[in-house]
Amino acid sequence: MVKRVIVGAHYGLKDWLAQRVTAVVMLAYTLIFVLALGRGPISYASWKALFAHQWMRLATFLLVASVLIHAWIGVRNIFMDYVKTTGWRLALQVIVILTLAGYAGWAMQILWRP
Amino acid sequence: MPDLAAKKKRPLWYNLSPFNLPVPGLVSIFHRVSGALLFLGLIWFLFLLDMSLASEAGFARFQAYVGHPLVKLALLAFLWAYLHHLCAGVRHLFLDIEMGLELATARKTAFAVFVVSLALTAFIGAKLW
Repeated sequence: MVKRVIVGAHYGLKDWLAQRVTAVVMLAYTLIFVLALGRGPISYASWKALFAHQWMRLATFLLVASVLIHAWIGVRNIFMDYVKTTGWRLALQVIVILTLAGYAGWAMQILWRP
Repeated sequence: MPDLAAKKKRPLWYNLSPFNLPVPGLVSIFHRVSGALLFLGLIWFLFLLDMSLASEAGFARFQAYVGHPLVKLALLAFLWAYLHHLCAGVRHLFLDIEMGLELATARKTAFAVFVVSLALTAFIGAKLW
C-alpha cells in the first residue's frame, strides 16, 4: 500500500464538513424560531422575554457563530474563484475576517444586554 | 481515407450563460448569488435585531421601520434569498449522501427548490405583510 501526501494544506475536508454542520445548526434554529414565533403577533414584552431566556441567548449565539463560519467559507470560495490577484484576495479576505469578528462582538452585545 | 479519430476530437463549446443553464445549474448559481447577498445583508440584520431588542422605544421604531413599503420589499427579497439558499442547501446535503444523483431526479429536485422556496416566500411574505 502506498501512503503518500498528495498536496495541499488539508483544510479542505474540515471546511467541507464545517459548512455542512453549520448549515444543519442554522436549519434547526430556523425551525425552532418559526415554531416559537409562528403563533401570532409579537409585542415588545414577548420579544424581549423570548431573548431573556438563557437557552435562547445561547441558541442564538450558536446560530451567529454558525452563520459567521458558514459565511467565511462561502465568501472565501467566491474570492478563490473570481479574485485572481493574490494581493487583492488577501486584502479582501482580511477585510471579511475582521468584519465577521466585529459582527460576533456586536451580536454578543445585543444578546447579553441587560 | 479521412482520419475519423482526429475529426471527433473537435473542441467542445459550452454556452455557460445563466440563460442557457439547465435547472440544476440555475439552482447552483442562485445558491452562490443568494449566499453572497445574505453575507452583505448581515450588517442590516444585526442592525434590525439590535433596534428591536434595545428598548420599548427601539421596538416601536423597529416596527415603523419595517412597516415602510421599500423596507418590506427588501426584506422580502432577503427572505427569498434565505429560503432559496436553505432549500438548495438541503438538496445539496442529500446529494452529499448520494441521494438524487441521477440526472432526471436531480433536475426534478432542482425544479422543486425553485417552486418550494418561491411558494414559502409568498406564504411567509403574505403572513408578514
